[in-house]
Amino acid sequence: MSLPVSTETDRQIDGLLGRFPQRGSALLPALHLIQAEKGHIPLEAMDYIAGKIGVSPAFVAGVVSFYTMFQQTPIGRHHIQVCCTLPCALRGAGSVMGYLERKLGIRRGGTTPDGKFTLSAVECLGACDTAPMFQINEEEYGQLDERRIDAILASLK
Amino acid sequence: MAYDKLLTRNLGKPNSATLDAYQASGGYQGLRRVFKEFTPEKFVEEVKASGLRGRGGAGFPAGVKWGFLPKGLEVPRYLCVNADESEPGTFKDRLLIEQDPHLVLEGIIASAWAIGCHTAFFYIRGEFHKGARIFQKAIEEAYAKGLLGRNILGSGFDLDLIVYRGAGAYICGEETALLESLEGKRGLPRIKPPFPAVVGLYGCPTIINNVETLANVTLIAERGAAWFAAIGRPKNTGPKLFCVSGHVARPGVYEAPLGIPMKELIEMAGGMMRPDRPLKAVVPGGSSMKILPAAKCDVLMDFDSLAAAGTSLGSAGMFVMDSGTCMVDALWNVCRFYAHESCGQCTPCREGTGWFVKILKRLERGDGVPDDVELLDNVASRVEGNTICPFGEAVAWPVQSYVKEFRDEFQEHVTRRGCPLAAAAAR
Ligand SMILES: Cc1cc2nc3c(=O)[nH]c(=O)nc-3n(C[C@H](O)[C@H](O)[C@H](O)COP(=O)(O)O)c2cc1C
Repeated sequence: MSLPVSTETDRQIDGLLGRFPQRGSALLPALHLIQAEKGHIPLEAMDYIAGKIGVSPAFVAGVVSFYTMFQQTPIGRHHIQVCCTLPCALRGAGSVMGYLERKLGIRRGGTTPDGKFTLSAVECLGACDTAPMFQINEEEYGQLDERRIDAILASLK
Repeated sequence: MAYDKLLTRNLGKPNSATLDAYQASGGYQGLRRVFKEFTPEKFVEEVKASGLRGRGGAGFPAGVKWGFLPKGLEVPRYLCVNADESEPGTFKDRLLIEQDPHLVLEGIIASAWAIGCHTAFFYIRGEFHKGARIFQKAIEEAYAKGLLGRNILGSGFDLDLIVYRGAGAYICGEETALLESLEGKRGLPRIKPPFPAVVGLYGCPTIINNVETLANVTLIAERGAAWFAAIGRPKNTGPKLFCVSGHVARPGVYEAPLGIPMKELIEMAGGMMRPDRPLKAVVPGGSSMKILPAAKCDVLMDFDSLAAAGTSLGSAGMFVMDSGTCMVDALWNVCRFYAHESCGQCTPCREGTGWFVKILKRLERGDGVPDDVELLDNVASRVEGNTICPFGEAVAWPVQSYVKEFRDEFQEHVTRRGCPLAAAAAR
């Protein structure tokens, strides 16, 4: 059977297996590695990591579905995660979301047809001092207004 | 009052996150002092004497918690640093992690030494990509300089520290859910007792402390318990990071001694955002804590003063709401958060959060019925106290307090068939 991940990711995961007092702890970091490579956690990769760690695929699926950050299906190249919790909402998160929906022509939860953007509403990202804010992949952007959003999106390939 | 910043003293200095800059400003002298002048047992007593209370939310005295570790067991002990920082309105640990990681790291090393731990974990929420990178780098610098690993600074003490990234789940900030997550599982809180100090990570005795708590340990290591205990107020000692957000002119983290008046903090944050909109309410300790209407905001920001005012300091995530805020809409938002984040383990919480969202949505949309306000209270009373972990209270308290303090506004949503503020804004 061919590996569902690259040999480099496979090697890194092997390194994780002995890193913790108990092997099971390797699961979350391994899932982060798989998602970093694939953009989501494919079913075959769940089977693969279950075998490595010694738990059932159903257990892995349970973990994957529990955590918001793990994607079970492919998403856009740029994942726009708009914080919509109260401290951001008090400073205009609703308008930011509305503007993005109109600008991208998709609803929250959707992906643009070219696969460039996925738009999500997420809960508090612990950056309320920069509200309203969003995170795109690993970067955070605060003090958002329409002009700044235009500039940020235009800078992304 | 003149107050020299302690927890944020290095912020804004060039390269504040590097070991070189940290050491140049006296960093790791506290750890050296502790190794030289104390035994681990004596340092636990020192932390007890400082009065340091946990900064993660519950305000439990750190030294007392350390004292709960069982003695004489030949099993490993673990220290888990809680860097999950997910309580809405809270963004203080992030500041320390990103801008002064060694202040936290020094406290971790001193604490691990005090409790006899040789493997510690830094559990950081998955969304803090930058923080995880910076902290990992700080750890690597520390290993390279003999501050982590074997025989730290010649003391004979060994410590490994591992960064563990969460993956997006508020509940993993709850200490037993955090342990489950660290074991590679879904973050479902455990039944207590046994408490983690007795049966924790991998079934071994475990201490969980918040990032800011451990940064305070560094200060105690540097200057001692008596000095620390003189800051703040009796039983509420030490410096504190306050997160001020919402309708203020300059949202941000402000450092002050525990016990600073709430109104002074609002002033530090530049006062209200819009001069034409006065203060309506403040949630002082993150969204899980009870709301205070403006008339009750002449309070001191510390554990006991806020408890006396009927709320709690919690995580010191203080969000400010002005007269333009609809309390039904605000509570609806808060309840959506809890409905999304409930782990689903306990029926009252899993179902109750859904009920809250449904009722609040129909109130805000103008479809409320006369009994809805009572129903909110009723459901909250069935969630509170009936769940494995305090998440139940974390949602019941906002519901109960918003309804209690702003009952007329809730009723008005029924009688006027919708939100008066939204209607006014639309005109
Ligand atoms: C639902 C819930 C979420 C929590 N989230 C956090 C958190 O994000 N960070 C934190 O330090 N403590 C959090 N706590 C508190 C922890 O359970 C625990 O009390 C704390 O980490 C202990 O550290 P301390 O004694 O140093 O404050 C949370 C508690 C609950 C019930």
